[in-house]
Amino acid sequence: MTAAPQAARRRERVAAPAPEARPSPRRKRPFLSRLREDYPLLLMCAPVVILLAVFMYAPMLGNVIAWMDYSPYVGILGSDFVGWWNFQRVVADPRFWHAVTNTLIITGFQLLFFFPVPIAMAILLNSVLTRRVRTVIQSIVYLPHFFSWVIVVSIFQQILGGAGLVNQFLRSRGLEAVEVMTNPDTFLLLITSQQVWKDAGWGMIVFLAALSTVDRSQYEAAAVDGAGAWRRIWHVTLPALRPVIILLLILRLGDALTVGFEQLILQRDAVGAGAAEVLDTFVYYSGIVYGDWSYAAAAGLIKGTVSLILVLGANKIAHVFGEAGVYQR
Amino acid sequence: MTTTVPRTSARVSEAGGAAARGPGRRRRHPDRPPYEAEPGPVAKTAKTTALTLIVLAVLVPLWTVVVTSLSTQAAINDAGGLVLVPGELTFKAYTDIIAGGVVTRAVGVSVFVTAVGTALSLAVAILTAYGLSRPGSLGHRPILFMLLITMFFGAGMIPTYLVVAGLGLIDSLWALILPTAVSAFNILIMRNFFTNIDRGILDSARIDGASEWRILGQIVLPLSKAVIAVVGLFYGVAYWNAFFNAVLYINDSAKWPLQLVLRSYVLQGQAVPGTTFDPSSLDGGQTAGLAIQMAVVVLAMVPVLIVYPFVQRHFSSGVMIGAIKG
Repeated sequence: MTAAPQAARRRERVAAPAPEARPSPRRKRPFLSRLREDYPLLLMCAPVVILLAVFMYAPMLGNVIAWMDYSPYVGILGSDFVGWWNFQRVVADPRFWHAVTNTLIITGFQLLFFFPVPIAMAILLNSVLTRRVRTVIQSIVYLPHFFSWVIVVSIFQQILGGAGLVNQFLRSRGLEAVEVMTNPDTFLLLITSQQVWKDAGWGMIVFLAALSTVDRSQYEAAAVDGAGAWRRIWHVTLPALRPVIILLLILRLGDALTVGFEQLILQRDAVGAGAAEVLDTFVYYSGIVYGDWSYAAAAGLIKGTVSLILVLGANKIAHVFGEAGVYQR
Repeated sequence: MTTTVPRTSARVSEAGGAAARGPGRRRRHPDRPPYEAEPGPVAKTAKTTALTLIVLAVLVPLWTVVVTSLSTQAAINDAGGLVLVPGELTFKAYTDIIAGGVVTRAVGVSVFVTAVGTALSLAVAILTAYGLSRPGSLGHRPILFMLLITMFFGAGMIPTYLVVAGLGLIDSLWALILPTAVSAFNILIMRNFFTNIDRGILDSARIDGASEWRILGQIVLPLSKAVIAVVGLFYGVAYWNAFFNAVLYINDSAKWPLQLVLRSYVLQGQAVPGTTFDPSSLDGGQTAGLAIQMAVVVLAMVPVLIVYPFVQRHFSSGVMIGAIKG
């Protein structure tokens, strides 16, 4: 194994007539010679190819059941094709549109009230001059990101729930208890604050990194031109964050139909489907819980396809505005 | 916060000298650039308050959870719920849990899934990242493309479930590992790190006759400890915290990971089906079993808290290297 690439190289050196005869050696070399040199790399990729094929690409093909009347007893091969019937059922289902509406409302709400929080926190923390203090705060606020949703919801339940810390306090003062964990009206606020608690600190990391690359002389120049602290934030700091903000906005828009699945399914029972049903929970309940496999697969496929279009579209818009986007063309 | 003792005398005389001389003036922070005015008392207080509140918002809940799990039933009753100020402390909740057996078994499942899953995922990630890291190597484009697609288009829950079920993995712990073993994001972080390693070193090793395996093992890996630590933490945390896959694929409550037991005990307030250990029936009273519930929460947090301090300093270097470039 050790000798193979070396031998290939030696042979090649003899075969090549002159260096200028093959300006880009890698491209021009015949397939077999490249294979001989690169097969270890291909071998290293084998596990990932197998895992992706089985757990990503086979399920992608498995989506054909959306066009079938799938029954687990006869399997995919034995089930009949029914054309677009399942899709028609999904589109005609008010519960589906209810889930779509809920999903979009939650995404929109979080875009307004969660998205700016890490940016503000990054700017605030960046203004802390003492390195030690900054590092300590950073490591504390990153921490909740690494706790599971079960833990986060449990903690919220203990603090805000019916028998929780806050209500104990209110009752001991003779005040009326507020039921936050089961109230559909304040559910949006609840899940957004959970998200802020869990992920705002972590979301900061990208912005802090972008801020650390800002040239200090820009601030100095702005100050010389008479810009105060706030104007420096507006004219120097925020433009420096612009590419990152746009990138994350695109990613978020592409994920517009995906909102914290685990977070919602944990609390759906307490609040009810009215407020907490999103597309993912809809697919889960109609497929796995109620066993309407083809129907759920059709709903999931609609979601996946629209998401894909959203990502590509958002990225296109970013290119139009001259930003890098997620991938380059 | 900004009145720490200056570290470098040179900068003090240059930046802080004039301000420090004035009567009643605060000393300038040594890192404060000369063009920036010293913030007034209002701005300073606002900033300090905001940062303190943010830190407290993270720490206070964790603190009460830990303290409650260690408190006696009497202390919990006195506090009327979670305990903020520790009084008499006891490990009773933890000994009860161990005696109950349910949680111990769940911890075992979670540890197994996390250890095996992380090892497998890291191995696959390292191999793939290196296999894709040499520009122009044969076939790296289609494989990279295959990986990238998974970031944009998911296969969907239902077909994935059918594949896992079709492979006979329902109620097998492998169902908690294999479907999520590949994370395109983590692999791309790693690949970016590997491609940024100086090509000269790798080329000279190649000319000296080292095989790709040897280069990976003896040159690339020792240079990549930071990124491996960070990606390892990401994988480890994902496996440890995974909860929904277990809901989907594990029906047998004897094979439940800790997160599911936690949901059952704390959020649904009930025992794990098929067991006799019911945390809400212990000790009686309104808040009975709260210490036990909190002890399970703490158990679910502990591994993260142990690993986190060691990996945390690599975050900015490890994560940021091209995480965005894709």
